[in-house]
Order: sequence, then structure tokens, then C-alpha cells
Amino acid sequence: MSVLVDRSSRVLIQGITGREGSFHTAQMRAFGTNIVAGVSPGKGGTDQEGVPIFDTVADAVAATGADVSGIFVPPAFAADAIMESAAAGIELTVCITELIPVQDMIRAREFVIRSGHQLLGANCPGIVTPGQCKVGIIPNHINTPGPVGIVGRSGTLTYEVIQGLGQGGMGQTTSVGIGGDPVMGLSFPDVLQRFADDSETRAVVLIGEIGGSDEENAAAWIRGTGFDKPVVAFISGRTAPPGKRMGHAGAIISGNTGSAQSKLDALTAAGADIADTIEDVVRLTAVRLGTQPR
Amino acid sequence: MKLLEYQAKQRFAAAGIPVPPGRLARTPEEAAAAARELGRIAVKAQVPIGGRGKAGGIAVVDTPEEAQREAARILAMDIRGYPVRSVWCETGLSIDAELYLGITLDRDRRRLVIIFSAAGGMEIEQVAEEAPERIAKLWPDPFAGPQPFEIRRLAFAGLKHAPELHDRVPKLVSSLVGLTSRLYEVATSLDALTCEINPLVLTPEGNLVAADGKLEIDENADSRHKDIAEELARDETGDDGRSGDDPFEVEARKRGLTYVHLDGDIGCIGNGAGLTMNTLDLVKQHGGEPADFLDIGGGANAERVHNALEMVLLDPKVRGVFINIFGGITRGDEVARGIIAARDELHITKPLVVRMTGTMEEEGRKLLEEAGIVPAKTATGAAETIVQLTRAGSA
Repeated sequence: MSVLVDRSSRVLIQGITGREGSFHTAQMRAFGTNIVAGVSPGKGGTDQEGVPIFDTVADAVAATGADVSGIFVPPAFAADAIMESAAAGIELTVCITELIPVQDMIRAREFVIRSGHQLLGANCPGIVTPGQCKVGIIPNHINTPGPVGIVGRSGTLTYEVIQGLGQGGMGQTTSVGIGGDPVMGLSFPDVLQRFADDSETRAVVLIGEIGGSDEENAAAWIRGTGFDKPVVAFISGRTAPPGKRMGHAGAIISGNTGSAQSKLDALTAAGADIADTIEDVVRLTAVRLGTQPR
Repeated sequence: MKLLEYQAKQRFAAAGIPVPPGRLARTPEEAAAAARELGRIAVKAQVPIGGRGKAGGIAVVDTPEEAQREAARILAMDIRGYPVRSVWCETGLSIDAELYLGITLDRDRRRLVIIFSAAGGMEIEQVAEEAPERIAKLWPDPFAGPQPFEIRRLAFAGLKHAPELHDRVPKLVSSLVGLTSRLYEVATSLDALTCEINPLVLTPEGNLVAADGKLEIDENADSRHKDIAEELARDETGDDGRSGDDPFEVEARKRGLTYVHLDGDIGCIGNGAGLTMNTLDLVKQHGGEPADFLDIGGGANAERVHNALEMVLLDPKVRGVFINIFGGITRGDEVARGIIAARDELHITKPLVVRMTGTMEEEGRKLLEEAGIVPAKTATGAAETIVQLTRAGSA
């Protein structure tokens, strides 16, 4: 089983002809993702290595039945691309683009919610269901199928955890990167709910970072719903000084909010195991699954 | 980008929000001239931070002579690292009450929030802590904007705990409807993440006037507001004009790098904010002290990596550099080419420890090995190695 995407997902790529879009489309196809269409306004009717290109998402959906979109367009056009995707009926829009203006994202997120569809990101690495479907930029070779669900704010740290668990012999049902921006689509509770509903997910690794209160909200959700799968949590930025923004627009400790300690305390109180290192994530997940790490 | 008070007020005035008449002065003589023209004025230091009053950067004066003297004093000041390059001289207001009206991002609701309080004049965070019931909030629909009925509700709620204003509520609420709509228009048209009037002064005549202004623009939207960037650059009063800023961070901004200068001696470079933060955490866990946080971001090419390595090594305290790359959108071969070029062109002799995995890792590792840089197998191993190597150097 899996969450959000699987082998039946029909994926289109917005911005397929750009530098990142074309490179990662090839990577996704090599992974086995069923890429059915590309969208690049003005290039409709052409194709890219056999993938038909359309001028609009609506045209692509009508012709191919695409139901998932991956967005690789530049930041100034990304919010529009997200809304175009949702308006065309795409069920899950995954926006990889970073540096999108915050007010653009507020509107785009709201637009997707009103359309009744889902948005992952922006500024996220995407989503992988090993052996079935990848939308985004998570490296291909690190993913293996297994019982762990991963949800993370940081892209590259999510890769670390996927690789670490894989080397420890523990694969994933699905790995989901929700992104490092202050305004994003799916948040920790949204993804945890899907892992709760997925019978094959037996443990969850949650990867957070300093800034905001999404990890505290995740902890409150876990307590409030009685989520009964084991959660191993890892928070980066534990040694970050307050008041310094650590790269992500979201990653800053200001006043009392956003500190690693506040997040660790909340997650501990919610019954999560706290990992101090990636190696710890692997060890604690193995213990919770009752398996010996390789 | 942070605008100065007078620049924010120019935007407010253009949107129809009342502000006191004022003049910008870059010399004491200009301040004296402003006082001759306007009468009793407040002389206010133009620096992009709060707390100017407490620091002595604001003076109320009655005569041109006084204005000249106070302006000379304030223009010689440096307020928490910001040299005062200009003063805003504006007509002093008669004050019946000080209110607060501001717009900012609410991360939890993932919308803009409009905040109104009758308890203006002090930091809104402090009001929120000490008298949360005195703060009213509105999260407008991002497509429709705040509607008059919503603003009325906001205004009534914010005035409820101000009995001294009881008789003036109907007129205040009616004024606030227009004012709040206009402020929201400013915030959205300028991509502001902070747009604040504090205090919003109620005069004895019953007018609402913006006595201060704070505007901070989302840096992801900088390219839409080049006019403001140019204005700030011309005034040398933008964020970059801060003399108290760390010179390494100023240099990094010029180079377009996401860099935070820290106190240690191990240079740290990573791709992605989370992974770079974790790189710092790992160095600390192994007994080292990071010299910086440098995130090369997603999809960095060889040139950017070269630029990053050069940046980190500008700090003479740095004894060695830990480069931690997990390629997703970033490609190992590009990173390797950048590292090798930087090492050769900059003649780097300090220890370089590279951990590389992910997209194109085989190609990247091969390039590094051929160039005599042995990539570390794991991030933890790399952290151990760089701490050992830099310690050996100091012994």
C-alpha cells in the first residue's frame, strides 16, 4: 500500500521543457513513474522524448487523464501553475519550485483547497512510493519498499533518512516532503492522517526543523487523535542560534517560538521517540518495528 | 527589504492613509528649515529598526534652532549598528489615544492576519502577552480581501476593552473600515510580510493619523518591487547599509549566498537548509564549532559551489571545511567540479572533507577521487574527520 501516489497515478509535468523539468522528468521515468504528459505554453503539439506536450493543463488532462502534476516552473509563475493544475481537476499537485512569494502561496493554497484537491509543497522534494511512483526530485536509487512512512519539511534531510533506513534494511510505504516554506499545502497532520489510514505503514518518521509551530501542531494532532503507530522524530537546527534565519524562509527561532527544544518537548509528550542523529532514527525505527537493523 | 519610516509613510499617504506632513532632512540645516516651515516638529532618526525612541533617536522640538541642534545630535548617532543618515521631520500631533493597526503573516492559519488594538504605542507582542483580550484579529479571505462587516467586527472587538474611548466608538469604527481596507491594499500590492501603523493616533478632532510606519517586503518578491530596492540603494539606508552588520554576511549577500556567520573554526557548506543545519549539529556533536551556515540551495552549479567555498574561506578563523551534499535536484558531478576548481584556483591547502551522495554521486565521487579528494562515506564519519583534522592543525 501507499499514500497519495501509486502505480496507477498518471503524472503530468508543468515546465517539462526547462532545465530542471526535463532532467527530472527523465529521472522520474527511469524510476518507473507513468509520465503521461508535459505542459509548456506555446509548445503544445510537440513532444519530449516521447512525452506529448500540451499548451494547458486542461488540454493535457482531457487528452491523457492525468491526475497528478509535478511543477518545475520558475517562482514568478509557480502560483499560477498550481492554480491551473487544481482548476483542471488534478487531484494532487506537487510543487517543487522554491522562492515563491508568500502572498502568492497564500492564494494558491486557498485556491487548491476550494477546488477540493490537494497541494504538496511548494519548495518541497516531492513524494515517492518505492517501486511505483515518484513525483519530484528525491534521488531514485535510495528508495526501497517497506513498512515505514516518512514525512519531512527538509528535502535533503528526508533523503538522509530514506537512505539510512534503506541501508538498515527498512523500506518505505511512501516518503513525503511537505516543504520548508511558511505557507505550504499538506502539513504534518494531513500526511499523518494518511499514514494512519494506510494498513501497511507500521511506523512513521517525522523530520522537522526549527521555526514555526508545525511540529508542535503535529504533536498535538498525535495526542488528539490517539494516532497509535510508532513515531520517530528528528529535528534539525538544534544548535542554531536564535534570531538567525537558517536558509529556509521558515527556519528561524524568534522569541519563544520555533526552538528545537519546544518541538522536542511537544513530540516527546506525544509519545514520539526522539532521535539525535540519522543513525538514531534508523536504530529507534528498527526497535519500534521489532526488527534488527542490518 | 525593510523600508524606512518615511518611505512607508509615502506609500501609506499614496493609498489615502492620513500621515502628518513632514520633510526629510539629511543635514541639521535642512531640519531647521523644516521646523521653520512646519512649526513644532518631531525629529526622527530614519533607521530600519524599532526602539528608536528609547535609543534617543527621536526629539520633539519647538524652534528651528532646537531642530538644528537635535538633528545634528541624531545624525551623528549609530543606533544598534545602523548609522543615522537622515531624519524625518514631521508636524507634532495632539494625541487623545494611541491605537495599533497591523498586517502580518499568520503561519499557523497560512493567511495574512489583520491585528487591531486600542492599546497602541508599545510592541504588539508585549500587548499580546500582557493583555491578550485587548487584541482583535481578522484573517481575510485572500481573494476577496477584508469586507466592511469583518472590519467593523474587528474594530468593535478591539475597542471593547477601552472604556475611555466608549463615546467615540461609532466614529472610530467607521474611520477604521476605510483605513484598514487601504492598509490591506498597501500590504498586498507591495507583497509586504509586515505592514504596521503603531501608533495610530486619535487626535482631539477625531481623526486617525499614522504616526509611525513599518513596511517589510517579502524578499521572494523583491524582483516585483525593483523601484523600492533602487530607492533604498540610493539612500544607502537599506539592510545592506548597516555598518553593524557582520562584514562576512554583507559579502555573502553581495555574492547571492545564503550564509550565516558563526563563532567557530569549521567551515560548513551543505545543500538544503535542513541538511545544512544538521551538518552544523553534527560538527557540534563531535566536539567541533561551526564557523558558518552556508546553504548552496537546490540545483547549484559548479560556479556556485566555487563561490561558496571561496566565501567560507574568507573568514581567517576557518581551519578546514566540511562540505555535505545529498543531491536531489543538485548533481554530484557539478558540485565536484566546483570544489576541484575552487581548490586549484584558490590554492586551498586547508583540510577539505566532502561527503557526497544522491543524484550523480558516482560521477561526482569519481571526479573528486581523480583530483585527490577522497569523499567520506557518511556524514557522521565526515564530521568526525573534519573535527580531527582541524584539531590536529591547532595542536
